[in-house]
Amino acid sequence: MPVLTYVEAIRQGIWEEMERDPSVFLLGEDVGVLGGAFKVTDGMLEKFGAERVIDTPISESAIVGAAVGAALMGMRPVAEMQFMDFIACGFDQIVNMAAKMHYRWGPALPIVIRGPSGAGVHGGPYHSQSNEMWFVHTPGLKVIMPATAYDAKGLIKSAIRDDNPVIFYEHKFLYRRIKEEVPEGDYVVPLGKAAVRREGKDVAIITYGAMVWTALEAAGELEKEGISLEVVDLRTLLPYDEEAVLGSVRKCNKVILLHEGTRTGGMAGELAALIAERAFEDLDGPIVRITGLDTPVPFSPPLEEYFLPNARKVIEAARKLARY
Amino acid sequence: MRSSKTARSSKPRNAPEPATLERMLHYLKLTREAEARIEQVLYRQGKIVGGVYVGRGQEAIGVGSALQLIAGDVVLPSHRDFSSFLIRGFSLADIFANWMGRADTPTRGRDNTLHIGNMKLGIIPIISPLGGTCPVACGVAMVLKWRAQGNVALVHLGEGTTSVGQVHEAMNMAGVMKLPVIFIVNNNGYAFSTPVEKQFPIKNLSRRGPAYGMPGKAIDGNDVRVVYRAVGEAIAWARRGEGPSFLECKTFRMTGHSAHDGAEYVPARLLQSWAKKDPIQRLEKHLLSKRIMTRQGIADLDRRIQKEVDAAVADAEARPLPQGESALEGVYCGPDCWWKGRSQKSEVRSQKQGARSKNTADDSII
Repeated sequence: MPVLTYVEAIRQGIWEEMERDPSVFLLGEDVGVLGGAFKVTDGMLEKFGAERVIDTPISESAIVGAAVGAALMGMRPVAEMQFMDFIACGFDQIVNMAAKMHYRWGPALPIVIRGPSGAGVHGGPYHSQSNEMWFVHTPGLKVIMPATAYDAKGLIKSAIRDDNPVIFYEHKFLYRRIKEEVPEGDYVVPLGKAAVRREGKDVAIITYGAMVWTALEAAGELEKEGISLEVVDLRTLLPYDEEAVLGSVRKCNKVILLHEGTRTGGMAGELAALIAERAFEDLDGPIVRITGLDTPVPFSPPLEEYFLPNARKVIEAARKLARY
Repeated sequence: MRSSKTARSSKPRNAPEPATLERMLHYLKLTREAEARIEQVLYRQGKIVGGVYVGRGQEAIGVGSALQLIAGDVVLPSHRDFSSFLIRGFSLADIFANWMGRADTPTRGRDNTLHIGNMKLGIIPIISPLGGTCPVACGVAMVLKWRAQGNVALVHLGEGTTSVGQVHEAMNMAGVMKLPVIFIVNNNGYAFSTPVEKQFPIKNLSRRGPAYGMPGKAIDGNDVRVVYRAVGEAIAWARRGEGPSFLECKTFRMTGHSAHDGAEYVPARLLQSWAKKDPIQRLEKHLLSKRIMTRQGIADLDRRIQKEVDAAVADAEARPLPQGESALEGVYCGPDCWWKGRSQKSEVRSQKQGARSKNTADDSII
């Protein structure tokens, strides 16, 4: 089986869907001639032509809005945001136009809006954000963030085939750092299903994106101390897999909620509420959140390192919680 | 991208035939009567709740433009283009029932006013943060261009909306990609309380067309024959593969912004002078002078329209209101659409039944 990086897996997934379905096309800034700022769409212009790989002006609203219009006409557009930070410029089209359209008057709206997010590459406040919660708070959207190359391919294929607007968060830190065997040819990873990345019994860590790898690193260290962590990768943030979250909480009875996005109004708060409502009597310790700070993502390396969760922070919290 | 072929006639249908002129009068009058019923009767009776926005005085723009469309074209009307919905085939009863929030309607009570769409009829509704339909029109036009069957997208917006950034993005994209889309601005003098001189520093918005690489034209928006001709030319231009156009239709808002707005900020002399340019009176005068219709014929038309509106209101009022819990249906398209609805619905029911809260969701009662 070929070994692919995370970015190659996304490219292969989109490529296969474009070969499979002529209604799939790409639009975005620099996606054609350049092949995208991170080369996700590299080679696609040559393969599929300028009608299906469209370089647009710098106009996020027009990119998303044109995707909406094309989807209403029966196409399956995949729109790239050069950085997910810039998705704010297309916000109205996403939350007011796309998200509510099926509910208001019934059409299918098969759109994927994808792009790089996340910190750890010294990108500063406008090339590092994890702003997925803007969209998790918007009914009608689906929000995805893969952590592995296998999932990246399988989830982008599911996202393209879905009849709803899907916001597909790629983590730029993982693009070329993650490599694994990825099957050639067709397979999908279903939306709305979490994955248990590591089985454990003492503390459950519910996380997603690049933080899955941080959790696994911490789990490896803690195993030496006899503390067993279970690592759950949400993969889909909206609609998220409630049963997977509750299942691991009921099994371990202690839970850490871990993500890179900022704390207040973050995914951890939503999960904490779910657990408190539906698994309160299964808990043997406080619900613990480890998240990015409630600040913009700072640039200078010591500041960024302080901002981000890391394995050391997870290990300290898990030790404390295990003793509780 | 391929340039559009002219599979259909690209010759502008300039001078309307007598039958078209009669259709124009029918739709002008039907629109005015239907909106009057909404604004001055049903709203005051409390049968329509929420915001009420009508296009009294500017009906010629929707009528003159929609009558130029053919099968396969797509229109994205503004909230003051009631006639576009009628001409594209929405039933009057469906429209009234939607205003009344009834269950069996195009939005099943989820959205109000003219926020109704139907892709089979080629009609995409606005969202209330205005300007958003302009980029959507570009996406529609991209696909129409690929299909190369000479179809066009026609998007309506107000002069106030031209200040929104998305309109710039859309006009620029349409110009760059030479898309078959026509931007039709109804410049009706006021955006809520804001007059044009506080909205933009130029006299004619039509000057903006050339700045985006497309023709721009300012026309009398209260003369339905002028609108028909100008839109026909713009559509022919687009069908030939020449790209987008920008049309500024000068008109006036003869109402408040909405039914709850007395519009005291509008000088009376403006309303008086524009009342003399009423599009219905002007077309009637033309039809009488050219002996296309008689006074008796017009009076008969008025009676038929009264009956048509009466029947549609009765049909709409007979429809039931939606059940509250149907609010949870159809957030998502396809098999997932019951996702969140399910557990929330069971919570509501178990609270109603006084059930003890449980740690597991009980979906079995659905």
